[in-house]
Amino acid sequence: MSEPFGVYLHIPFCAARCGYCAFATWTDRHHLQAQYLDALQRDILRSALPPVTSVFVGGGTPTLVDAAALIEVVRAIPTTDGAEVTIECNPDDVTLEMMHIYRAGGVNRVSLGVQSMVGHVLQSLERTHVPSNVVRAVTAIKQAGIPTFNLDLIYGGAGESLADWRTTLEQAIDLGPSHISAYALTIEAGTPLAAKPELHPDDDDLADKYELADDLLAAVGLVNYEVSNWAVPGHECRHNMLYWQQGDYRGFGSAAHSHAHGRRFWNLRTPERYIEAVDAGESTEAAGEDLDAETRRMEGLQLALRMSDGVPVEALPIDELEGLVVTDGVRVRLTRTGRLLANEVSLRLR
Amino acid sequence: MDLARIRNFSIIAHIDHGKSTLSDRILELTNAVEKRDMRSQYLDTMDLERERGITIKAQNVRVDWKGFTLHLIDTPGHVDFGYEVSRSLAACEGVVLVVDAAQGIEAQTLANCYLALEHNLEIVAALNKIDLPAADPDRYAQEIETVLGIPAADILRISAKTGDGVDGLLDAICERIPAPKGDPDAPLQALIFDSQYDQYRGVVSSVRVMNGRLNSKSKLLFMQAGTPQDPIEVGVRRPVPTPVDELGPGEVGYLIAGIKEVAQARSGETVTTFHGGSSEALHGYSDPKPMVFCGLFPIDGDDFELMRESLEKLKLNDASITYAPESSGALGFGFRCGFLGLLHMEIVKERLEREFNLALIATAPSVEYRVHRTNGVVELCDNPADLPQPQSIDYIEEPYFRVSIITPKEYTGTLMDLCQTRRGDMTKLEYLSPERVELHYLLPLAEVVVDFFDQMKSRTQGYASLDYELNGYQRSNLVKVDLLLNGIPADAFSTIVHRDKAFAYGNRMCEKLKELIPRQMFDVPIQAAIGGKVIARETVKAKRKDVLAKCYGGDITRKRKLLEKQKEGKKKMKSIGRVEIPGDVFISALKLDD
Ligand SMILES: Nc1nc2c(ncn2[C@@H]2O[C@H](COP(=O)(O)OP(=O)(O)OP(=O)(O)O)[C@@H](O)[C@H]2O)c(=O)[nH]1
Ligand SMILES: C[S@@+](CC[C@H](N)C(=O)[O-])C[C@H]1O[C@@H](n2cnc3c(N)ncnc32)[C@H](O)[C@@H]1O
Ligand code: SF4
Ligand SMILES: [Mg+2]
Repeated sequence: MSEPFGVYLHIPFCAARCGYCAFATWTDRHHLQAQYLDALQRDILRSALPPVTSVFVGGGTPTLVDAAALIEVVRAIPTTDGAEVTIECNPDDVTLEMMHIYRAGGVNRVSLGVQSMVGHVLQSLERTHVPSNVVRAVTAIKQAGIPTFNLDLIYGGAGESLADWRTTLEQAIDLGPSHISAYALTIEAGTPLAAKPELHPDDDDLADKYELADDLLAAVGLVNYEVSNWAVPGHECRHNMLYWQQGDYRGFGSAAHSHAHGRRFWNLRTPERYIEAVDAGESTEAAGEDLDAETRRMEGLQLALRMSDGVPVEALPIDELEGLVVTDGVRVRLTRTGRLLANEVSLRLR
Repeated sequence: MDLARIRNFSIIAHIDHGKSTLSDRILELTNAVEKRDMRSQYLDTMDLERERGITIKAQNVRVDWKGFTLHLIDTPGHVDFGYEVSRSLAACEGVVLVVDAAQGIEAQTLANCYLALEHNLEIVAALNKIDLPAADPDRYAQEIETVLGIPAADILRISAKTGDGVDGLLDAICERIPAPKGDPDAPLQALIFDSQYDQYRGVVSSVRVMNGRLNSKSKLLFMQAGTPQDPIEVGVRRPVPTPVDELGPGEVGYLIAGIKEVAQARSGETVTTFHGGSSEALHGYSDPKPMVFCGLFPIDGDDFELMRESLEKLKLNDASITYAPESSGALGFGFRCGFLGLLHMEIVKERLEREFNLALIATAPSVEYRVHRTNGVVELCDNPADLPQPQSIDYIEEPYFRVSIITPKEYTGTLMDLCQTRRGDMTKLEYLSPERVELHYLLPLAEVVVDFFDQMKSRTQGYASLDYELNGYQRSNLVKVDLLLNGIPADAFSTIVHRDKAFAYGNRMCEKLKELIPRQMFDVPIQAAIGGKVIARETVKAKRKDVLAKCYGGDITRKRKLLEKQKEGKKKMKSIGRVEIPGDVFISALKLDD
């Protein structure tokens, strides 16, 4: 088999902006949707891609744009047999019809932005959906025959008790996902949430919630394979693994990131400028960086450290990291305590 | 140049009364700076000055006005930088005393005005900010007349913001401030009143020529240093440095002499010509006495030599700093430094870090004690770590300030309260006007340098102002409070305090440090102790989480940058044992409110 190669498609539109979100997405440019999808398709076609092993459509909110039109764009990407094709979905938008269109278009994985299963937590996160939407969405995903799905969760929203988080986990587990991403609420500079310190989570509370998640998920066979990701073995997200293993991928759309043999680059940030560049037959790249060998090596270690396979023993001063790492003499892996303190460990990589 | 057409003056005032803004208007009116290049507080060139909105360094500039050549020096108003003002005055025949027309006389208005009188300078007083609705120029003109004896009718009224009255002020300067005197044909005598180290040009000195001529051709002699120097460039700041053929008597400008040894161009130095020069040095300055001391240690031990060079260069630009090598069990090798006040200490630390790319940790500040030993020997001690064993001490004396506080009278009570808790003795209470009071106190220096100023400001909504000078020593009941981090005594963080306050101090320090020391991978006990007996204790709980939750999709660059930033942050931390503490932890601890 050839080297894995992935494609990411960015859909920069959202119905409303969540207070914590720093992603490149807009709530007032829906009139650009058709043009934007068209530009995406042309950009893909002019790029003469090799068959790819994974496709990830993310956002923003991919489910906000016309499903058939989106699928047409996806179909422009040549894929290998058995390629993983994921679309990120917002619970509010998911319908059985939409899932049928996705399924027919080759989508075999959905990542659903659940965040919480507790009403007041969803509200404090400024999400537009209610827990029942999530149940409805999952039913549609299953009915349409999409073989595997992930649920994205966020813990640490203002007012979320440990019991609330347990409820979210238990209800998420009941939905039968083969994959769960659970993210600690992160305060991103420049977001509305950043300006409201009274709503910021407490690190100890986050640590408790992380441990609870790990306990409950492990108990139902969802195995932690990256700091914030748990999966039934065999259902790990291949596209994300590619990111974390320094694989090559190409991002299409505004603000999308790409990597090719040690060169990282990213696209123009706004959809307008992306469309313009494609229309003009120009490159959509905004800037990039070439990693020197050492930077690339360190980056590889930093990424690998977060994964269950860890890093080679010689990459860490094991004696200084009691309780944070374990080793079998060949690899060093983070313990659960170590996963929570992965930055501290990361700083000691050598 | 015709001496009769030269006017040399400093702009002096209490902090924030508008000196630098007035300088802006003067630069504009005299077309020294083009409109499109103008920015507020143009002469505040240091980043630190711009960030804090205060002047730290005096700046001189030459402008032309109606056939006159004016040299103006914008000075700082903060009490810690009074030394900058006195040095500037030595280059002038007059001052513009700026008084905020909505505030009236404040403590440094008086202090700086007295300085000008001491130097025998002509004072042109101006009430500024008359554009403000709260301005009351009539009332404050009267106050100035009463307190300073300057006739109300002679006081100009200006707005440095709108420019209103500034041309009249320039005219008054030309009329009232005397022309400089000096003999162009006498042997050269030029006073260096400021110097700074420029990475590219070496030492650049600000000079005022008293007699003779200074040009870039004749070999020079720096009289105190006793060294010959070849001048490279003589010029004036307009404000852009502009070379000139020569500077005659009465003129202010700059001199570059390719000096590498910074110690050779100290402020107060007299420059003359090597051949046929003057035999008489000018009245230099006596360096001011530092009042607050702390240890500054490079976080990276390898930076010790760089730190020595940096201090030497900074000292050129700020002669009031003192420093001597010191070593500490906890912090390694560094320097014991002396400063004119806490703000000065903070500024010097920041300048060293920014201008010389150092990362430093400052220890708790201290004043200079007189320790009377049982064997009769008297020692000076500015470092609590050096305090002899208690059994060998007969008694300790601490320095006192004579403090004057000017305040609207309604705050008299709360200020007396504050001084009381700071062990002060009132010596006098005067009414400057029916509404305003000047309180005179004797206060231990140690009680003033900490957060007295902030407390005073917050208790009076910023309306009270403070001035002080040293006033001898008094015997006090003092003890040394030690700090232990993770059970290890951190010698550099010991402090000497009054026995009655030791307990409260220990408690407060432990609480503050608990807030300021970031959580580590393990619990860190913080203890305060007197002579081995623990009097206070807090714990910084071990941190449990620091990981970034998200990998930001394909944006791996961002993740790497975040980690790199964290690594940089670590470089600003000093390890004491296994505990990492931020370099400004003590400065911050003392700044926080009670
Ligand atoms: N309304 C008004 N504000 C003024 C005037 N002059 C100065 N200010 C404001 O007062 C503040 C202090 O002005 P500066 O010129 O920095 O004061 P300074 O005397 O140089 O201060 P230090 O150098 O720190 O002692 C600034 O916010 C100015 O904008 C004025 O005439 N009218
Ligand atoms: C790229 S976002 C977009 C997906 C989709 N629009 C949504 O919000 O469900 C993917 C996931 O990142 C997570 N996320 C976004 N911002 C976050 C933040 N500030 N802290 C933690 N997780 C965050 C959420 O779980 C979200 O589902
Ligand atoms: S979190 Fe998702 S839905 Fe909310 S603004 Fe960001 S991308 Fe849009
Ligand atoms: Mg100023």
